[in-house]
Amino acid sequence: MPRLIRNRALARDDYALVRDATSLADVPDAVAVIVPLPLWLERRGAFVARGETGVWLAPADDPATLVRDLVHLPVIAIDFPQFTDGRGYSHARLLRQRYHYQGEVRSIGDVGRDQLHYLAQCGFDAFLIPDGRNAEDALAAFDELSDGYQASVLRAPWFRRRQAIRVTQ
Amino acid sequence: MYRYDDFDHRLVRERVAQFRDQTRRFIRGELSEDEFRPLRLQNGLYIQRHAPMFRISIPYGLMSTRQLRKLADIARRYDRGYGHFSTRQNLQLNWPRLEDVPDILEELADVEMHAIQTSGNDVRNITSDHFAGVARDEVVDPRPYCELIRQWAALHPEFAYLPRKFKIAVTGASNDRTAVLLHDIGLVLVKDKTGDVGFRVIVGGGMGRTPMIGHVIREFLPRAEIVNYLDAILRTYNRFGRRDNKWKARIKILVKERTPDQFARDVEDEWSHLRDGPSTVPDHEFERLAGHFTTPPYDVLPGDDASYKAAIADNRAFANWASRNVHAHRVPGYAIVTLSLKKAGVPPGDATSEQMEAIADLADAYSYGEVGATHEQNLVLRDVRQRDLFTVWSRLRPLGLATPNIGLLTDIVCCPGGDFCSLANAKSIPIADAIARRFDDLDYLHDIGEVDLNMSGCMNACGQHHIGHIGILGVDKNGSEWYQVSIGGAQGNDAALGKVIGPSFAAKDMPDVVARLIDTYVDHRHADERFIDTVRRIGTEPFKERVYATAH
Repeated sequence: MPRLIRNRALARDDYALVRDATSLADVPDAVAVIVPLPLWLERRGAFVARGETGVWLAPADDPATLVRDLVHLPVIAIDFPQFTDGRGYSHARLLRQRYHYQGEVRSIGDVGRDQLHYLAQCGFDAFLIPDGRNAEDALAAFDELSDGYQASVLRAPWFRRRQAIRVTQ
Repeated sequence: MYRYDDFDHRLVRERVAQFRDQTRRFIRGELSEDEFRPLRLQNGLYIQRHAPMFRISIPYGLMSTRQLRKLADIARRYDRGYGHFSTRQNLQLNWPRLEDVPDILEELADVEMHAIQTSGNDVRNITSDHFAGVARDEVVDPRPYCELIRQWAALHPEFAYLPRKFKIAVTGASNDRTAVLLHDIGLVLVKDKTGDVGFRVIVGGGMGRTPMIGHVIREFLPRAEIVNYLDAILRTYNRFGRRDNKWKARIKILVKERTPDQFARDVEDEWSHLRDGPSTVPDHEFERLAGHFTTPPYDVLPGDDASYKAAIADNRAFANWASRNVHAHRVPGYAIVTLSLKKAGVPPGDATSEQMEAIADLADAYSYGEVGATHEQNLVLRDVRQRDLFTVWSRLRPLGLATPNIGLLTDIVCCPGGDFCSLANAKSIPIADAIARRFDDLDYLHDIGEVDLNMSGCMNACGQHHIGHIGILGVDKNGSEWYQVSIGGAQGNDAALGKVIGPSFAAKDMPDVVARLIDTYVDHRHADERFIDTVRRIGTEPFKERVYATAH
C-alpha cells in the first residue's frame, strides 16, 4: 500500500485516488476521491455538489484551469510519472503563490525521500509514497537541509532575512 | 573574493551529509541506479568510461591559492595526481572512487568549495569573464552579480529537474570573453543613461547538436529584478521546455519553436507576477556582495615598467611570451598573465598537482593569492606587477606553463574525448596533440597569428567546436572515428557558428587538413588580417578547394 505523509508525519489516507476515470460511473460512491482534471472540468457541477472531491494534475496540465474551482477543492494532487520530470514543482508554486490555494497539495507518482525537501519548499504538504519506498525513512528528508538561499513557499530569500536579523539586533 | 559566512558553511555541510547518506543507500542497494543517477549528477559525479568523473565547481572561474592547493591535494590523494580544467571553468577529476566522493566533498567544504549542480538537468556553474575586476574594458565588475546568481541557483528547489542542463554566463566588459551569446542565458552588465546598473538579457544560445546564437529578450533589466527575471525564465522553461526528446530539450529549442518574440512575451508575463516581489534584490545586498571583491593594495606605479620593456627588447623568448600571454591591466604598471595549459604532449586543460601547487606559490608571491580559470582551459594570474613578469616567466618555464601560444593555433580548446568520456564518438586529445606537434615552429605559429581551434569528441560540443575559427568534431562512421571540420566560427561580440566544409577526415589526415587551411589563409591574407577575417572576406570556398584537392 502506498503510504501518505501529511504535515511531516505519516497519516491515514482518506482519499481514493482515481487514476482512470472518463465518466462519473467510474468514480466510487461514498468515499472521498481525487479525480483526473479532464473529468473534473467536464463534470464540475456534479463534483462540487458531491463534495469531498479533489483533482489531480498531470505534468502537462495547467493549474490556471482550476483558478475558479480552488475554493471547492480540499486537495490538489500533482502527478510525477517520473520523478525527473520537474514540472510539478512549478505547478505547486503557482497554486500556492499566484493563486493562493490553501488546501492540501499532494504529490503522487514516482516520488521518494530524495525529492521531499524540494517539493515541500515548493508548497507540497502531503506526499503519497509509492510501494517499495520507505515512508518512515523519508520523514528524515525534511530536515536534511535546514535552510536555503532562495525564496520558496515556506520562506523569504536569505538576503531579506539576513538584513532583518541585522536590523533587529 | 567571496568568503563563506556561517550560513554558506552550514548549507554546504548539510549538502555533503545528505549526499553521503544517498551514496550509502545506493551502495547498500536501497537506491536503484535510476534513482541515484540524478542525485549524484547534482553533486558533480558522472559514471565514465573507466571510472567516475567528478566535476568540482570553481564559481565564475575564480579561486584562492588555498583552494587551488586543496584541489592539488585532492587530485594527488584521491586521483592520479592531475586534474582537467574544463570549458565551464571547473576542475574535473577522471579517476576518483564513488565511495570516496563524500569525503572529497567534505574536504572541499573545508575550503569553501563544492560540486553542487556541476552536472545534471539543473542550473550549472555560472561562468564569467576570466579578467573580471582587472580588465581595462570593464564597464561593471561582474563578480558580485555572479555570486548573487550562484547563490540563487544553488539548491534552488523549483529547478532541480529541468528538461535539460542550463548554463548561464555573465560579463561586464565591452569585449565579450565569455561566449555570452552561446549560453542558455547570457547576461551582459550595462549602465543606462543615469548610470544605473542593469542587465541585457540574452536567451536561447547554445552549442550541442543544434548550435544557435542567443536572442536579446530584454535590453535593460534593472539589477534589482535579476532574481525575479531569472525565476521567470526558468519557470517558463521548466513548464514548457520539451521533455519528449533529449536532443530537443534545451531552452534554445523552446525559444526557436515559440519564436524569440513570443518567448520574450511569455517571460515578461511571468515576470509581471514576480516583479517587485520578495526576491527583488535590495541595494544593500549588492553592496554586501561587492564588499567581498575589494581592490587589492596595488602599488602606485608610474605606468609601463622600464625593466619589463628592456627585457622584451633583450630576450626574444620572453618577448614572444609577453606578446601572447600578457594582457593589459586596468592599473598602471600591472599586467594580467595567462598560464598556458596547452603544451604539446599534454592534454589541453590538464594540470598536475605539482603544477597547481607551484602556481599557488607564484600567485601568493606575485598576484595577491588569487588564480583564475578560463573557459579556454588556461589559468590566469590576475595582478602581476610588470617589473615581476620576467621572474614569473622564468619560474613558469621549467613548470611547462609558459608556452607562448595564448590565442594561437596550438591554444587548442578540447574536451576529454573518447579516451575518457563515455559519450564521445571519437578521441580528441591525440588529434589535438598531433596538430600541436605539426605547428611546433614557434616563429611560424606566431606568424600565423590568432586562430581559435576547438575540438569536441561528440555532438555535445564540450570543446565548443562551433565557435572555433577552426572547429573539429569527432563523429562515428560505422564504428570508426572520423573528424568533421568547420571554419568561420567565432566567440566574442561578433559570435558566429562555423560552417562545415565537407566530408569528414580520418584521424591521421587531421594535421594535414589544418595545415592546408592555414596555407590557404597565408596565401590570401591581407596585412593585419586574422584567419577569421580572411575567412569572412573570401568565404569558405578557397579553403574547401585546397583541402579536398589534395586530401583524396
